[in-house]
Amino acid sequence: MNTSFLVAAVIASTPLLLATLGELLTEKAGHLNLGVEGMMLLGAVAGFATGFYTNNPLLMLLGAGAAGGLGGLIFGFLTITLRANHTVSGLTLTIFGTGVSSFAGTTFIGQKMSSEFIDFFKPVPIPLLSKIPVIGPMFFQQDFFVYLALALAVFLGIYLYRTRYGINLIAIGENPGAADASGINVDLYKYVHVVAGGALCGLGGAYLATVDVPQWQEQITAGRGWIAIALVIFVSWSPYKAVFGALLFGGLSIVGFRLQHLNISQNLLDALPYLVTIFVLVISSFRQSKKNAPPKALGVPYFREER
Amino acid sequence: MRMIQRTNISKKKVIMIRVVSILLSLLTASLFLQFMGHNPIEVFVSLAIGAYGSAYRLRETLTTAIPLVVTSIGIMIAFKMKFWNIGGEGQILMGAFAASYIALNFSTLPKPILLMLMFMAGFIGGGLWALIPALLKVHLGTNETIITLMLNYVAIKWITYLQYGPWKDPNGMGFPQIATFDQNALLPKVFGIHIGWIIAIIIVVIVSFILAKTKKGFEISVIGESIDTARYAGMNVKHVIVLAIILSGGICGIVGMMEASGVNRTLSSNVSAGYGFTAIITTWLSGLKASIIIPVSILFAGLIKGGSFIQTAYGIPQSASDVLQALILFFIIGSEFFVQYRLVRNTVKEAL
Repeated sequence: MNTSFLVAAVIASTPLLLATLGELLTEKAGHLNLGVEGMMLLGAVAGFATGFYTNNPLLMLLGAGAAGGLGGLIFGFLTITLRANHTVSGLTLTIFGTGVSSFAGTTFIGQKMSSEFIDFFKPVPIPLLSKIPVIGPMFFQQDFFVYLALALAVFLGIYLYRTRYGINLIAIGENPGAADASGINVDLYKYVHVVAGGALCGLGGAYLATVDVPQWQEQITAGRGWIAIALVIFVSWSPYKAVFGALLFGGLSIVGFRLQHLNISQNLLDALPYLVTIFVLVISSFRQSKKNAPPKALGVPYFREER
Repeated sequence: MRMIQRTNISKKKVIMIRVVSILLSLLTASLFLQFMGHNPIEVFVSLAIGAYGSAYRLRETLTTAIPLVVTSIGIMIAFKMKFWNIGGEGQILMGAFAASYIALNFSTLPKPILLMLMFMAGFIGGGLWALIPALLKVHLGTNETIITLMLNYVAIKWITYLQYGPWKDPNGMGFPQIATFDQNALLPKVFGIHIGWIIAIIIVVIVSFILAKTKKGFEISVIGESIDTARYAGMNVKHVIVLAIILSGGICGIVGMMEASGVNRTLSSNVSAGYGFTAIITTWLSGLKASIIIPVSILFAGLIKGGSFIQTAYGIPQSASDVLQALILFFIIGSEFFVQYRLVRNTVKEAL
């Protein structure tokens, strides 16, 4: 395995990492949002549109985050305020996001981001660190967006395990009733993190549309949102492990191009990431333990008892 | 303001809440269309005309309703047990694959026997594809939502592989397509629509009977309510789940057979045409009731067909109808809250 493959794997893992972090944050709040694919597509089309018209990378990020966050807000309103079934609400969000993105994206089919915009997301080596063999080119010779994703993973790790807000959030995911009794504003926490989770998924979609591919395609996410949901289970709800889980799948998704000389049909190789997702989920269900367990109140609507 | 759980609610009120929520979703869609510079009323009227406006269009819509009804019935069985089978697409494709294997290799058999074999193959293909997530769920507790979805992608890639590789039609002038079925392997038509509509009605009746009148059907509904209760009552929960999911996937597999034989006349990676996903909406909107699935499916088939009509008439992309479907579902899901809970104003008197 050569370094160029590993570098490409990091790039391919970035949308997965962002979406995995987004879903992870949502699930920590006790909400199982199956709308990741939809929120990624919302972010992809919004990011592409703002980037395409303004050529401004910052506005692109804001647009994508806002669109993904809006998806999270719809899901949040249904599941937090209206206590709707998480599974069905999430599935509908995916159908909604897929529809909106292909609807809004009709005008962009075949369009490319400007070269000016693409130049902005050229790899920028970080002095010294980029000279480390293998690790350097993988993690310290990438574009800004990749750095952002990696930084977010570290930030979320610190946030969840080292700050009061993070600990409160984990408490809500485990036992909202107890958290409520101890004076935490449960609904507010849930809203903030479900929306933030959606925004992260939106960024993941935008990376695909504006940097990775930089040309508009319908259904550009091709199931990555679902892989991200599986990854959250695989990395047992840890933002740090998410970096490596996403890297594994990023590598798998591009391994097809590298195996072409083996004379295996491309269509069968394309099925590989999905088959490995199944495999990984099965393995994860074998090693279920207290430490790797999902938040206890995941997917359970919280209804404050009458007092 | 605070909310309290309703203890009882009249049927009339439930229907009213549902109607209001559908109207609200249409209102939202209208605002959206208005914003795009279209007259919403005109668009809705042509949507209806495109769907039901002539005998030909009505036939087309009903032909689309057939796979929706049958897939919804299949998915409903799984949903009743809170087994989130969103693998309808994959099960349809694998059913179509198995049926096509028979159609392409045994086309010399007498027509009724050939169709019967294809029908059984479709059921087995879809049923076995659904068996994988069912076994993983009951034995390892693996999340069925993601497995069924991943298997959709695997099925699509598999059929694409066949289309480009081993099953490619040598007489297809280089096009990556599978040979058209022999006349013998095509479903006959009754009243201008392929016989699938009769099969659909039969499936609705049989499944309703199983769920309402048999022991297994009763066990399915108990498991849906509470797995613990089912265990306590001495039911073999794993056994029932696996059997029901085979039935669920098998019914979706029959859809694959009917679409390949009755509509596409061949196998391709788009025989499922998104029915597996649309059926999730129709099943949920029907409140998991078999009898309501039929009108809801005809309505949604109309949305699909009408959607492609307004695409040509107004240049509104087909995906607009997907957005409309999702909006309707959002409002219905949200309205459930008002069926379950009642909002009460906190008055001073009460606070004292």
